[in-house]
Amino acid sequence: MKKNITRRNMLKTSTAAVGAVAGAGLLKGFPAIHAADAPVIRYLGTAVNMGDAVQKRLFDDTGIKVKFIVKTTDEVVKTIFTQPNSFDIVDSEYFSMPKLVPSGNLLGMDTKRIKEWDNVTSAFTKGEVAGKKIGDQGTAPKKVMYLKGSNSKEFASEPTQHVTLIPTVYNADTLGIRPDLIKRPISTWAELLNPEFKGKASILNIPSIGIMDAAMVVESMGEYKYPDKGNMTKKEIDLTMKIFTEAKKAGQFRAFWSDFNESVNLMASGEVVIQSMWSPAITAVRTKGIPCVYQPLKEGYRAWAAGFGLPATTKGRQADICYEFINWYLSGWVGAYLNRQGYYSAVIPTAKKYMESYEWDYWMLGKPATADIMSPEGKKLASKGEIRDGGSYEARMGSVECWNATMDENKYMVRKWNEMIAS
Amino acid sequence: MPKLFQIKPSVGLLSLPYSLVFIFFFFIPLVLTFVISFWDYNEYSIIPDFILENYRYIFENCFSFENGMCVTFKTYLSTFMFCLITWFFTLIIGFFVAYFLSFYVNSLTWQIALFLLCTIPFWTSNVIRMISWIPLLGRNGLVNDFFLSTGLTSTPQEWLLYSGFSVVLAFVHLYTLFMIVPIFNSMMRIDKSIIEAAYDSGANGFQILWNIIIPLCKPGIVIGSIFVITVVMGDFITIGIMGGQQIPSIGKIIYVEMSYLQLPAAAANAVILLLLTLLIIWIMTKMIDIRKEL
Repeated sequence: MKKNITRRNMLKTSTAAVGAVAGAGLLKGFPAIHAADAPVIRYLGTAVNMGDAVQKRLFDDTGIKVKFIVKTTDEVVKTIFTQPNSFDIVDSEYFSMPKLVPSGNLLGMDTKRIKEWDNVTSAFTKGEVAGKKIGDQGTAPKKVMYLKGSNSKEFASEPTQHVTLIPTVYNADTLGIRPDLIKRPISTWAELLNPEFKGKASILNIPSIGIMDAAMVVESMGEYKYPDKGNMTKKEIDLTMKIFTEAKKAGQFRAFWSDFNESVNLMASGEVVIQSMWSPAITAVRTKGIPCVYQPLKEGYRAWAAGFGLPATTKGRQADICYEFINWYLSGWVGAYLNRQGYYSAVIPTAKKYMESYEWDYWMLGKPATADIMSPEGKKLASKGEIRDGGSYEARMGSVECWNATMDENKYMVRKWNEMIAS
Repeated sequence: MPKLFQIKPSVGLLSLPYSLVFIFFFFIPLVLTFVISFWDYNEYSIIPDFILENYRYIFENCFSFENGMCVTFKTYLSTFMFCLITWFFTLIIGFFVAYFLSFYVNSLTWQIALFLLCTIPFWTSNVIRMISWIPLLGRNGLVNDFFLSTGLTSTPQEWLLYSGFSVVLAFVHLYTLFMIVPIFNSMMRIDKSIIEAAYDSGANGFQILWNIIIPLCKPGIVIGSIFVITVVMGDFITIGIMGGQQIPSIGKIIYVEMSYLQLPAAAANAVILLLLTLLIIWIMTKMIDIRKEL
């Protein structure tokens, strides 16, 4: 999901990197046989979080090289099923776990081997932020975190030593708006279907995520209160889709989008003024100099979370290298890199060590910027005096209402979603 | 050199490489798709079986018409409409472009140059095309600017983009080339003396066109039509992007099913799409025996 964006850039950079590695090998020729021993990790994922800088830093710190296998979220899941030995480590999302774990293709990860495990944010381990329970509708990470053993195909309800994924990155998603074209405050998900924005609204055409945004809207309109938005009954799916089908027929939506770039174009061109959006898309619109806000809404956010998993067959030296890589990943440098992109690192204390205090105040504490805020690539994201949309970590993650999910009625939901598109 | 011609490889040997490619990368996958369309599946695996559930599911509620038309019928109907409209416009435009290229342009250099012009729509990627339609057809686009400034309309016209209109526009702009090439090829084979003979016998321009050129171009027209219709039948990217993801297509349904690992369901949909497309092609080849005409 969130990650299609820089996928193209990633493809470019990672192929360049692979090319460089291959080229270097050729140039060195025969004397440098020990170079063949440099551990290489085949990294399956959307790889949006991993720029050139990360690879370089990784190699300098640990001598480990990464070979990317870049795919979209759905393709990553498919690859785990169909080619479980084609990668050494996978960057996947928690909401895929109810599908993946029963297949037995992933290893239960040993938390004893993770140095910073005790510092992993409580949003993952307990479903709490600053001691306060957060929304856990949908596939909340804590529900699919723990396994009954290292080769178990079943989730454990209590914390155990073995986990499905080692958490890395997560965020809280909401609606994006064009404040300059709307010209009034927006405070609720219900505004997506407000006739005022007829022909100027959009939602994403990825059923599993779109249905969650749709449910947030339906609930905030006061039409229905779901016991669990992330696991609807057939009746609830029907109701949700009926409301959206009517809105669609009435011409509420300018377009649906299924590709990151589409959402950026719709927003930047002004064809759409309010829509489902992912945070890097907001940044992309803003870096064009067009005002765009990731609007906090009173009903809360839809969150997602990702982490690292290993194929079930991993053992010995290969496992050592992968755990070393994960420990490095959580040791702070990458955490700071992720925080600066507007995501959150799973281990917050280590990330803090690598951020300037003004950066920390802006990204994590929600204070006005005391200097210009730069992206990791050196592009200006915010000027002095600006405040991050949604404010502090506690304000944003503390207001999570539900998580990306795989429903029991997934098949029925996809069908109903297709019906809405066809209506 | 003469020695080379003394070795006469058999037809079977000559066709072997292509046959192998065809068998391994087309025929076997196709058979597998057909087989899997009868399998069962769950969230994470496909289960060998022989069930008709996948097909039944596609046509569920399709024959009652209580709640209007079912998704499958609606989707195919919309796809057929796009096929028909796109076929019509690409045929008309393609035919006359080919006519111009073969009868009015006499130098080969110019023919090649003009041909290259026709391929321009293919020089850009889908992403670029998708972005570049917005400034032209969008709410604040050039066309709407023109409409508003000349007073033709008082409000921006929204049907220009993310509509059936924009889908057809994109199809025609892309696929007219598929008509031009085979029709041009047919026209170049027409013996100019036949046309001269007709002219000498007193036929007017329209009669020559209708009684000589069109009948002799039939193979080209049918081949072009097959290209256009098969491409439009299976398309989901253009319909998705230009239709603002609000217009259904079979391709999109298959794509969504595959991304949720519902492979047998996707296979069943693919089999039906394939059968329908083959049926259309079969009807067209019944009208004209391409093999004979070539």
